[in-house]
Amino acid sequence: MADTHKPYAKRKRIIAFIVVIMVLVYAAQLFNLQILSPQYRNYADSNAFFRKTLYPARGSIYDRNGELVVYNQPTYDVMMVVREMRQFDTLDFCHTLNIDMEQFHQLNDDMRDRRKNPGYSSYTPQRFMSQLDVEEYGLLQEKLYKFPGIYIQNRTERQYKYPNMGLILGYVAEVDRNKMAADPYYARGDYVGKSGIELSHEEDLRGEKGVEVLLRDAHGRVQGKYRDGELDKPAVSGRDLTLAIDIELQAYGEYLMQNKIGSIIMIEPATGEILCMVAAPSYDPSLLTGRNFSQNYLTLEQDPYKPLLNRAIAGLYPPGSTFKPTQGLIFLQEGTITPETRYSCYGGYPPLGGRTRSHGHASPTALQYALTTSCNSFFCYGLNAMLSNRTKYSSTIDAFQIWTRHMVDLGFGYKTDVDLPSERGGFIPNSRYYSNAFKHDRWSAHNIISIAIGQGEILSTPLQLANFTAIIANRGHYYKPHVVKARKGTALDTLFTNRRESNIDRAHFELTVEGMADAVTRGTCRRINMEPHLTVCGKTGTAENPHGDDHSLFVGFAPKDDPKVAIAVVVENGGFGATNAVPIARLMMQKYLMDEIMPQDQFLEKTIASRVILPYAYRRNAPVQRTDSVANNN
Amino acid sequence: MYGGVREIQEKGRVDWFAVIMYLVFIVLGWFNVYAASFDLENAVSMFDLSGRAGMQLVWMGTSLALAFSLLKIDTAFYETYAFAAYLVGIGLLVITWIVAPEINGSRSWLVMGPVRLQPAEFMKFIIALTLAKIFNVYNFRLMERKNLLIVVSLILVPLLLVILQSETGTALVYLAFIFVLYREGLPGGILFMGVAAILYFVLAIRFSDVQWGILSVGEVISAALIIIFAAGMVWNYVKRREVSFMIIGLGLIVSAAGLILHFLKLQVDAGLLALIALGLVAIYLGYLALRFWKKIYLYILLFVVGSFAFIESSEYVFTDVLQPHQQMRIKVTLGMEQDLRGSGYHVGQSKIAIGSGGMFGKGFLNGTQTKLKYVPEQDTDFIFCTIGEEWGFVGSTFILVLFGMFILRLITLAERQPTTFGRVYGYGVASIFLFHLLVNIGMVIGIMPVIGIPLPFFSYGGSSLWGFTILLFIFLRIDKGRKRA
Repeated sequence: MADTHKPYAKRKRIIAFIVVIMVLVYAAQLFNLQILSPQYRNYADSNAFFRKTLYPARGSIYDRNGELVVYNQPTYDVMMVVREMRQFDTLDFCHTLNIDMEQFHQLNDDMRDRRKNPGYSSYTPQRFMSQLDVEEYGLLQEKLYKFPGIYIQNRTERQYKYPNMGLILGYVAEVDRNKMAADPYYARGDYVGKSGIELSHEEDLRGEKGVEVLLRDAHGRVQGKYRDGELDKPAVSGRDLTLAIDIELQAYGEYLMQNKIGSIIMIEPATGEILCMVAAPSYDPSLLTGRNFSQNYLTLEQDPYKPLLNRAIAGLYPPGSTFKPTQGLIFLQEGTITPETRYSCYGGYPPLGGRTRSHGHASPTALQYALTTSCNSFFCYGLNAMLSNRTKYSSTIDAFQIWTRHMVDLGFGYKTDVDLPSERGGFIPNSRYYSNAFKHDRWSAHNIISIAIGQGEILSTPLQLANFTAIIANRGHYYKPHVVKARKGTALDTLFTNRRESNIDRAHFELTVEGMADAVTRGTCRRINMEPHLTVCGKTGTAENPHGDDHSLFVGFAPKDDPKVAIAVVVENGGFGATNAVPIARLMMQKYLMDEIMPQDQFLEKTIASRVILPYAYRRNAPVQRTDSVANNN
Repeated sequence: MYGGVREIQEKGRVDWFAVIMYLVFIVLGWFNVYAASFDLENAVSMFDLSGRAGMQLVWMGTSLALAFSLLKIDTAFYETYAFAAYLVGIGLLVITWIVAPEINGSRSWLVMGPVRLQPAEFMKFIIALTLAKIFNVYNFRLMERKNLLIVVSLILVPLLLVILQSETGTALVYLAFIFVLYREGLPGGILFMGVAAILYFVLAIRFSDVQWGILSVGEVISAALIIIFAAGMVWNYVKRREVSFMIIGLGLIVSAAGLILHFLKLQVDAGLLALIALGLVAIYLGYLALRFWKKIYLYILLFVVGSFAFIESSEYVFTDVLQPHQQMRIKVTLGMEQDLRGSGYHVGQSKIAIGSGGMFGKGFLNGTQTKLKYVPEQDTDFIFCTIGEEWGFVGSTFILVLFGMFILRLITLAERQPTTFGRVYGYGVASIFLFHLLVNIGMVIGIMPVIGIPLPFFSYGGSSLWGFTILLFIFLRIDKGRKRA
């Protein structure tokens, strides 16, 4: 070989060496990136995968007759892709959306503010303005071609066909931080039931969110489905609910209760279904949807009459005379009295200096007549006899424990577990409560005698009264009251379908029913007597109210022999039970059982509806608030 | 096969090892171009001419035709027309610079109807041929001043013309010929000075932000390096150990003095001390030059002074000559800036793409980062990301090793050439491939600054594939005909 550069031939080794070094160094860096640094995989996934949530349609709500009450209606959000925006007539745009330039700039700034809108990107659609109504949508849709970069996105919003039962239905709103922390199902921007059925049946109504795994490019634009949608999950629509409520009856009850404070609850005794649950004052559920939600909510929250409080389940009242049937039942069951046992009544209960004065009637009386005339003395004597019976009970304390247990069996003292949130349990004292209160164990019936007539420490909710009335109507058993009658695609919780016993003999109920029937025909609540059309059984009550006028109460059921409905009515500051609660119950029963108001009662209807019973300076006049004392004491 | 071919030395046999590797590269390249440009929304077949892969197939077909034709032409043809080709090439570069429309910020494309050519790509093999022809002159000595001037300007003229076209990346590729010059007698010292210059530059820029007295930290460290290099040069060229020790000693004495002063709680200007140390070494070298009357001391003195001047000027060059985006790229590569949104974004995303591949990769067409355009230029300069993402460590290392073997094979072929012409051209080819790999893969895995040059045979593009094919097959033709020389 004629190589003149032989001396440099060994330099090929240096060059080959450089090649080998390069390969080794680069392979080492590849090893570092691909094997030693697992974080790159996560970076890549969060880069590329966009898990788009598919929102299910929230379940609709029907009344017991299949009438649609709550449904979803599309609303429209104005979306903006900033990168796609070109010069356009901003004034025209504002005019179409019915906003002024100042609002336009405000909305624009809000959208771009990463503190208010953390997901802001100029490449992806951003919410500029939410919840256009159909009209605004139509206008914008027509002009959309003039506004490049503007899009319309559909969403759904709760719509209410009736302005009634806002307190039962509740409302939905964006999920808050606490809920998101407690339940991983929820993500930012999700809507969730906040009260009423929307809250208690949230899991039925919400359905199941789906997901679409999309691939997103470097600009945030979606480029298609990942693996042809292999990992996608479709959204499952929420379950439709059928209410036990009769919307017409409910609306009528709200009409009668207008300008009053109180509750009407009607239960179908055979099933425990709540036919209507009026709590006054209430609000139109439509107020808590759409763009004006915050403003309306604030107004309702600051209203002194507390329209956001469901008094039917969270209002606590001394049941007054409506409580007396419970006492008769317990005394009979415990053998303290027989149907023939008579106690004297000379206008009071003498051992207490006649403090619990009764209404004038014949004396002495047996139980049935005591119920008819609402005799206070009888029940005081009865309670005394029971608690003082040392042959049967070793002490007053023991006797009173039995009494408390019977009260709980009759549905008092605990929440009824109705399928609505924020129910309260009322208050039934037990032995320990009194021992603590008196600071000794030597208290006797005399010290607590006012509980025998539903005053004193006793507190119950209107729902508990209605439930108890249903127990009487059923002559001893009941089903837990509930507002949702059926869920589409699944059975009702057995909590509401299991028959429950009151542990008191049926015969004792028959006697109670007779007493209540007599109260209607010739006793305290003759104003509800609708013979021969309807045989009603009832009991009035007048709850002493230390803050103002007494509360007017009534419980009853009809027809007597085949009860179709049990009712409890509370009118705060309504005076005697007979004054307001009884006529309201009369009209409600007619409405439900006869479908219309009898001609002779149409004047009554107008009178009741136009009556205003609102204390001038309203204060919370539900008595001292205590929660489930029985639970606390046990 | 590696050793076998040499022994058989069958006349006129093309080197099948290189040809098969070439075929493997272009076919793998085709698959990866398809994967990198795969559009999820409207996927087209690999053969669809409206897609990148389909077009790449056309480039591959024409390249194969080109390769076949090149093998048919006599070696003498390349030798004869090398200078002519050079002149034509320079002319094209000038014309391109003048008439080319601006595409992506560069004026390097000649547009003729539907065909777009980048003359700078073809200049690579033309320079290689020209160098080969010059070196082939009997008794050519590179280090003669006239020869060196000719050779350097042969490389620098097209380099400057391509820089004028704003194709800095391609222009830098011409620097690869320094490997050829080294092989053909360029003193190792010059290569060493090149390495030293890069080292100084990196140090001076990387540690320019903290001051130690009158100098920056980078300058102080560089001063120390200069002293060590000077000692090393004395050791290597003069072979007088005591002088080397003396030079190192001077540096150590000054450092020790600085430390003592520091412990005496006196203000110490480290920059000033470094200057003093450098000055002492320079004076000592000057004294040696006069004392022994040896030019070598003068050269080392010149190296010391020149190095320091270079360091001082590099900061000026960096801030005042380089464009802001170029500065940013260098800073990102040196780890001085994160800048994940701007210049660092590309490298960051390409590292994510490669890193997410793991051991075995996500599989063909399953890569997400490249397809969704997180990685820029995903089917051209950054195509190695697709390999890394879809084929993992195993696949990307395989390609890397394959390329290493390919270049080693080319060196072997070059060394077995009987003529200087063949050898020089062969080294030219190997050097260009080496430079492309060094810069392209280095850039993609975050070791080199971002310089936009393609990965040979893999990156999409007609001009680059044709350019590499011509480069390789002229050499394979020369190799095939080596017996007749």
